[in-house]
Amino acid sequence: MKIFEILLLIILIVCAIAACVSKRLVTAIAIFMAYSLLMSVLWLLLQAPDLAVTEAAVGAGISTVLFFAVLRKVNVIRSGEEEGDEK
Amino acid sequence: MRNNWFRRNFERFARWIEGTEPEEDKKSYHIVPDRIKSTKELRDEHLNSREAVKGHYINKGLRKRYLEWESSNGAVFFHHLYRVMAVLICITMIFLLLLVTSHLPVFGEASNPAHNEVFVKYIEDTLADTNATNVVAGVILDYRAFDTFGEASVLFIAACAVTILLRQTGSRKKQKVSVPSKHDLILTKAATLIVPIVMLYGVYVILNGHISPGGGFSGGTLIGAGLILYLCAFGAGQMARFVNYRRYLYVNLAALGYYALAKGYSFFTGANHLDSAIPHGEPGAILSGGLILSLNIAVGVVVACTMYGFYSLFSRGDI
Repeated sequence: MKIFEILLLIILIVCAIAACVSKRLVTAIAIFMAYSLLMSVLWLLLQAPDLAVTEAAVGAGISTVLFFAVLRKVNVIRSGEEEGDEK
Repeated sequence: MRNNWFRRNFERFARWIEGTEPEEDKKSYHIVPDRIKSTKELRDEHLNSREAVKGHYINKGLRKRYLEWESSNGAVFFHHLYRVMAVLICITMIFLLLLVTSHLPVFGEASNPAHNEVFVKYIEDTLADTNATNVVAGVILDYRAFDTFGEASVLFIAACAVTILLRQTGSRKKQKVSVPSKHDLILTKAATLIVPIVMLYGVYVILNGHISPGGGFSGGTLIGAGLILYLCAFGAGQMARFVNYRRYLYVNLAALGYYALAKGYSFFTGANHLDSAIPHGEPGAILSGGLILSLNIAVGVVVACTMYGFYSLFSRGDI
């Protein structure tokens, strides 16, 4: 279990750095979502199940969706039919 | 003063509409550039127009001197100085913060101030005081209930601000071409399976907030996420059958108002757990913990409404 925790922490740090340095915003958001998901597993391992539930719902769910909604609002992602051929 | 300004500008605007404006006015609008201008030209033009527009109100000599200074060596020197000072201040702040951090107590030591009698008191007395087996719920919704009220209010104020900024009503709404919601097959089928489970789990987390880990915030976000998924999958038309702006507003206000009234009553009748009219019930049962269950429901409703409202306002400008 200790090894699993250390592995998760290493991936967490890698995710945090990757989210900062990635050039495309959409990729950064996806990596950030993975970060939140890993964080929620870690909360569970640290025996904080209520935080794990909140982190999974807020970090991985709602904040990601809000980021995407804002990106569409400021026309980084185009909505509607052209969504497929975005860059 | 203001009237004069308005009339002058309105006349200029009218002349601009008819295309009979004098040349020097045309220059200051920079609407149709004849060719791509160099940066220096643009800058000069900008300075001139700024001088022309603002010169009326500001002391002309001072203004001119400032503009001259802006393009002299002094400005360049100032920009360099700015950068150097920024780096210096950053280094000083980092040094100070590290110095303070080195004086903090060692992490996890038994004699730390965080491990004093306060948390022992909460762990020992919460069950007897509030009848909530989840100590966290007992603390945040009973001992520290006003903090939670503040958090719920912050969420509500944020939702209000987003509504003011982004809600499209009246004429603004009509201009927007409504995008037909396309029903993605995979998303629809997956949502049909997932949404009921997510909602049920959210309700479970809220209702068991005082017994097991969880509570209003976690359950509320889960329900909000379920609502967002439903909106994504089935479109605004389906959503409008049970959520509209008025209903959203009333539910949100009712939940927040109930919280304020209930907690106000609780503090009025004895915040230090004197006798009050609210029954505490059997510890571990669903109907126990006094007001905690209903407060959890109120917080959950506020959080769910806020989360759904944020997404809905950001994505389509209405609730």
